[in-house]
Amino acid sequence: MARINSPEELAKVRHDVLAKRDPKAPRMSICAGTGCLASGASQVVAAAEQEIEQQGLKGSVELRGTGCHGFCERGPIIVMAPEETCYLQVTPEDVPEIVSQTLREKKVVERLLYVDPTTGEKVPNESDIPFYKNQERLVFGPNRKIDPRSIEDYLAIGGYEALAKALFEMTPEQVIGEVKEANLRGRGGGGFPAGIKWEAARNAPGDPKYVIVNCDEGDPGAYMDRSLMEGNPFSVLEGLLIGAYAIGAQEGYVYIRQEYPLAVENLGIAIEKAEQYGLLGKDVLGSGFDFNIKVHRGAGAFVCGEETALLMSLEGKVGEPRPRPPYPAVSGLWGKPTNINNVETWATIPLIVNRGGSAFASIGTEGSKGTKIFSLVGKITNTGLVEVPMGITLRDIVYKIGGGIPGGKKFKAVQTGGPSGGCIPEERLDLKVDFDELTKAGSMMGSGGMIVMDEDTCMVDVARYFINFLTDESCGKCVPCREGLRQMQKILTRFTEGKGKESDIEVLEGLAEVAQEASLCALGKTGPNPFLSTFRYFRDEYEAHIKEKRCPALSCKALIATIIDPEKCKACMLCLKACPEGAIDGGKKKIHIIDQEKCTNCGTCLEVCPSRFDAVRKISGEPVPPPIPEAQRMIVKKAKRNVT
Amino acid sequence: MDIERIDQIIDRHQGEASSLIQVLLDIQSENHWLPKLALSRVSEKLQVELSRIRHIATFYKAFSLVPKGRHEVHICMGTACHVRGATRVLDKVQEFTGLKPGETDLELKFSLETVNCLGCCALGPVMEINGKTHGKLSPGQAADVLGGYE
Repeated sequence: MARINSPEELAKVRHDVLAKRDPKAPRMSICAGTGCLASGASQVVAAAEQEIEQQGLKGSVELRGTGCHGFCERGPIIVMAPEETCYLQVTPEDVPEIVSQTLREKKVVERLLYVDPTTGEKVPNESDIPFYKNQERLVFGPNRKIDPRSIEDYLAIGGYEALAKALFEMTPEQVIGEVKEANLRGRGGGGFPAGIKWEAARNAPGDPKYVIVNCDEGDPGAYMDRSLMEGNPFSVLEGLLIGAYAIGAQEGYVYIRQEYPLAVENLGIAIEKAEQYGLLGKDVLGSGFDFNIKVHRGAGAFVCGEETALLMSLEGKVGEPRPRPPYPAVSGLWGKPTNINNVETWATIPLIVNRGGSAFASIGTEGSKGTKIFSLVGKITNTGLVEVPMGITLRDIVYKIGGGIPGGKKFKAVQTGGPSGGCIPEERLDLKVDFDELTKAGSMMGSGGMIVMDEDTCMVDVARYFINFLTDESCGKCVPCREGLRQMQKILTRFTEGKGKESDIEVLEGLAEVAQEASLCALGKTGPNPFLSTFRYFRDEYEAHIKEKRCPALSCKALIATIIDPEKCKACMLCLKACPEGAIDGGKKKIHIIDQEKCTNCGTCLEVCPSRFDAVRKISGEPVPPPIPEAQRMIVKKAKRNVT
Repeated sequence: MDIERIDQIIDRHQGEASSLIQVLLDIQSENHWLPKLALSRVSEKLQVELSRIRHIATFYKAFSLVPKGRHEVHICMGTACHVRGATRVLDKVQEFTGLKPGETDLELKFSLETVNCLGCCALGPVMEINGKTHGKLSPGQAADVLGGYE
């Protein structure tokens, strides 16, 4: 492919790509993001290739493996164009039918459609599925339309138009002006206005300047950056180039987790293709602007998502944060002015340049503009990535898009903001989600993880889990974080073991305050949040653990016992066979009893006990009832009575 | 891993100021651990003190200074998996393999690690073995899966 040397040539290449494509021609897009691949998407793609060939449709059907569509719960996903028919949970065995029915006969394969759980109606069209219908997919939407390894696909949807506009029609100051007008706040967690950061880096003396993509997405339960990098790497590169032009940088780095192999691979391919097309490297688009990108794989340290630790790591050192100021905008990589934004922020830039800052700012709330991608996970019916306008209520996200809590369980809380975020309880579900409202509620936006918890989740254990995570990931530089969090973790662990004292709460509060005040980086400053927010909203659970040695969620192993109700047990032997510890005594027609000495409360018996019997249950804060006498354990007579 | 191969990896990253971590990552991914010989060679070629290399190799999670088993078992302890019962799966896997996270058995069969999020939260609890994902696991199923490895 020849280089593209001007905006006119870019328009012509796009025109040529589109001219080769018939918008009415059948297309089969299969989600090949990490989530769907884990559920078997690559076998579906292979089956589709084979079937299209065997049924003689090769050449007349366009088969495309795309990035993540977001509806991970129902993967692997196939979307048939132009009708936009959406098939869910497709297996390789379903593919012959899809090819023969939908591609050849133009008929819908009804059994693979989404079924509305309330009406029971089948929903053929992707955009009518409630999960998608209630979203506004400005940044994430293109993911499902393109093959992330095809620059032609990206050009076909208007890719690099924003770059051409910035380079040829705007001054760097104008670009920064648009980003400021858009009031785009950093999507990585800090929420600092990107335009102001860019301006500071532009105005800072020093040469060269650097721009950096932070793709060290470490928050457990958050994978929107990975999905963007995997599914639409060109949009990230385009945003980065626009930023580099605005700031005056000619070198950029992508700091990407090596735990994201597909994202690393697709990014590498995108860089190579962009270079071939003259959209990266020397004299980008014939504008005279030079820009090169290097990829740095992160070696697995959560703290490196923090910008100063990331810089240390890029310099080949241990990722320990350094004090700010000086901010990276003034003294960043190798002491030079540096601008760092996360993947989602960069991917939003082309949109802002194309539509204008004011159009972007028309979406959202007073203080938070545009849309935000959240990863909605945990105890939720529709696990997946959702993009919504800022200001949508948590209730809409959890119920309208997420489909509520599965298994008839009761909602308890949603945890936002990653490990150092907080938990929002049911009474705050009508909270309008934006940077400021989440902070006010004692949590934070973070990078956009939303972990839904139901009545079975113990909030003391959640606090212990996150503090434990942060203790592990603390780089060890600041004592209040390294030692303070460790002490908090020990105390919280004691609570979950029923060894808590009332005076421990005061100690926890003291440790929290010191860590907040005296740590260098956000990891330590916000580290106590998991305790503070759960204690604020779920004080009763703490008290139950400490005073009554009871876990209300029946989750903390040391505080619960698993028992079989002799009235309900039908001696079906299912739990007896399944018990990994051999802790269940019983036999055919002999009521089962759990040996509490052997039982580890693993819950296997609870899972296998048929729901119509519902004989196994957990108890907490009460003594285990004595086993029924041997003589009453045979249920022969009972069974006969039931029959007659 | 022989010296020539280590040199090739070092040469591939030559001239990059941040190359140390990238070189170590490449050696780790090919050899599954960082033998002392490799670290000395990197130290010599990149002119970096061995103490600094060890500092880095012990700070970042990706590196191992001991050999790994034939099967690398990763249990996802991400938040989504946690609320869906990952701890119970981990308990079972520890019991089955006799290993704690970070350990490898003497026969070099299994290495057990916990990871913070594999990003396939819809499948939680998740266990990954040699890169293959096993999702929606009960503790018993996790043991069954492991039982299938030689």
